[in-house]
Amino acid sequence: MRFVDEFRDAEKARALSAKITSLCEPGRQYKFMEVCGGHTHTIYKHGLEDYLPENIQLVHGPGCPVCVIPMGRVDDAIHIARRPDVLMTSFGDMMRVPGSGGNFFDSNAEGTNIRMVYSPLDSLKIARQNPDTQVVFMAIGFETTTPSTAMTVLRAAEEGLENFSVFCNHVTIIPAIKAILDSPDLRLDGFLGPGHVSTVIGCRPYEFIPRDYSRPVVVAGFEPLDILQSIYQLMVQLREGRCEVENQYSRVVPWDGNIVALRAIAQVMELRPYFEWRGLGFISHSAMRVKDSYADFDAERRFAVPGVRVADPKACQCGEVLKGVLKPWECKVFGTACTPETPIGTCMVSPEGACAAYYNFGRFSRQRVREASHSS
Amino acid sequence: MSAPTDREQQVLDRIDKARRRRAKVREERVTLAHGSGGKATQTLVEAIFLDAFRNPLLEPLEDAATFTAGETRLALTTDSFVVSPLFFPGGDIGDLAVNGTVNDLAVSGARPLYLTAGFILEEGFGIEDLVRIVHSMRDAAERAGVDVVTGDTKVVQRGKADGCYVNTAGVGVLEHSHALGVATAKPGDAVLVSGPIGEHGVTIMLARGELDIDADLESDTAPLNGLVADLLGAVDGVRAMRDATRGGVATILNEVAKAADVAVVVDENAIPVRDEVRGASELLGIDPMYVACEGRMVVVVDGAQADAALAALRAHPLGEGAAKIGRIVDDPPGLVLLNTAFGGTRIVDLLVGDPLPRIC
Ligand code: SF4
Repeated sequence: MRFVDEFRDAEKARALSAKITSLCEPGRQYKFMEVCGGHTHTIYKHGLEDYLPENIQLVHGPGCPVCVIPMGRVDDAIHIARRPDVLMTSFGDMMRVPGSGGNFFDSNAEGTNIRMVYSPLDSLKIARQNPDTQVVFMAIGFETTTPSTAMTVLRAAEEGLENFSVFCNHVTIIPAIKAILDSPDLRLDGFLGPGHVSTVIGCRPYEFIPRDYSRPVVVAGFEPLDILQSIYQLMVQLREGRCEVENQYSRVVPWDGNIVALRAIAQVMELRPYFEWRGLGFISHSAMRVKDSYADFDAERRFAVPGVRVADPKACQCGEVLKGVLKPWECKVFGTACTPETPIGTCMVSPEGACAAYYNFGRFSRQRVREASHSS
Repeated sequence: MSAPTDREQQVLDRIDKARRRRAKVREERVTLAHGSGGKATQTLVEAIFLDAFRNPLLEPLEDAATFTAGETRLALTTDSFVVSPLFFPGGDIGDLAVNGTVNDLAVSGARPLYLTAGFILEEGFGIEDLVRIVHSMRDAAERAGVDVVTGDTKVVQRGKADGCYVNTAGVGVLEHSHALGVATAKPGDAVLVSGPIGEHGVTIMLARGELDIDADLESDTAPLNGLVADLLGAVDGVRAMRDATRGGVATILNEVAKAADVAVVVDENAIPVRDEVRGASELLGIDPMYVACEGRMVVVVDGAQADAALAALRAHPLGEGAAKIGRIVDDPPGLVLLNTAFGGTRIVDLLVGDPLPRIC
């Protein structure tokens, strides 16, 4: 595992941390958003915030693609899965995302057959092996996973498979970032751009952020040192008064993205006029659907989908938490209607979400945890 | 972080109150999460089983109940096995069923004596496979020095079970005076594991064939009674032992922290994990700390005797890879903290259900 350890060297982390601290202007607070759920996971898993001075705060963004799927879509999926001839396949972390009447595990307990798979191609395999069953792939994710869904549809079309379709919930990252940038009370100083998404879309789509909103962006990799390095680059930009898109993850992310992947998406999918995000409401042009020419592989057209909208409770304030305007505990439903057992908003669904983390461990300050773990 | 404001404190207090309320099962039906060993399992056990059967022997929820019959102190335990696939690299459901119960007795400090075996078989199950399973149980029993002395067989209609399920129960005798239990952990104690973690769970995930990864990995299934006997013979400061099955080492450490109202501090660098397990976990997006072992245990021992205990473990073939992974401190009570290899700190929580592969 050498290739991994190279990016997890505590020695290098300390050096970077010192450089970051030296760039802080006294008395100034910095808030950076890591857009991608994968970054949030890395930050949490490695305890990366310990390397940041108190006046730099990381705000967890909307980039967990399973957490943003609204209840109505989960309900729709379960509705399809309830048909006796349907076997639904889903990525593992989608299984616990709640709909209005429970998640996929609960639904399986009531008789549906929703199986975990590791890739959409596995679903295709299941479809070939079970010609009498309708196999429906619960397609989720940002541009990271969209190409593989598109390619799976292309493959199914080539093979003429008649019992395979996708329930398309792919979302696009740029409109979500824009929705956050458009808020009047935005308090973010810069963005860590999502590395995996950018391997597909490249770095150009972020250029509007420095241009129109005067915020720097650094596209970041997923190892903890990548993230520290990216924060350092953001700090250097702020310090030097620059504001541009930089690519820290150039070992993987080409500036122009992955043309083949983008072409596959464009062939099979098109933008929806609007899509609902859990906790953020409707965002225009923020998700993909299957094109008419591949309608046979679109579960929404193959099966009658009720498409009921389950409204987020009025008091839900995920948007404010995501923008860094409110602390989790300031949301009106935090800890009462919205808990990790009964999550309402996206920030409570994943255990790494800002609200869930605060619910579980908010009573222990970072300071106290750090002191305890270094005591003997 | 500055001291919480009044309003923040009110919110924190409210959560704390909610947390202390008695566990309640919200679901209307059993889900797979209830069987994962995480939070959902705990809730199910406390709200339904403990609530109904409540008695002083059950209440500590240890791996085995210990009690006195006449002059003799005994330990009693039971475990059911529903592993799929039935046969996997390094073992099968048969030796798993014997070792699992032997280990539950051993970590309770007992010398395992006798086992029972119950089989639930699906109509159509191959006799050849059954023979293979039973023979591997026989061999495992022989290795552990126990006898299977009574049993039961049921056959259910095709489709009503998945091939073969095995239940074993076991009884053992407590021959020493150690008062063992996770609630006895104290600040200053050391935390050890008896070998590299996560091998069984990762082997099973790979054996299911859902992933196209080949790794040179075998289940770690093994009887721990010999290792435990050597350990207890060498040091008298052992506070608790737990075999790290469902939920893995992370779950055991949380049980220690909660039962003893202490904090457990673990050093990620010190946790032995084989490269194959680490690599596969990395690909799956799961944390080896939560992956099941079937032949490894966590030991809490008086800090002053940690080295002696470690030496005793390492002298046994099943404990060659033993390591000291952490220590007990007093604050913050109930938490497990990890010093990450990267040099940061994080809290290691119980999972709600099984570790799920991540897509992002
Ligand atoms: S408490 Fe729930 S609804 Fe409120 S911001 Fe957090 S996740 Fe959203």
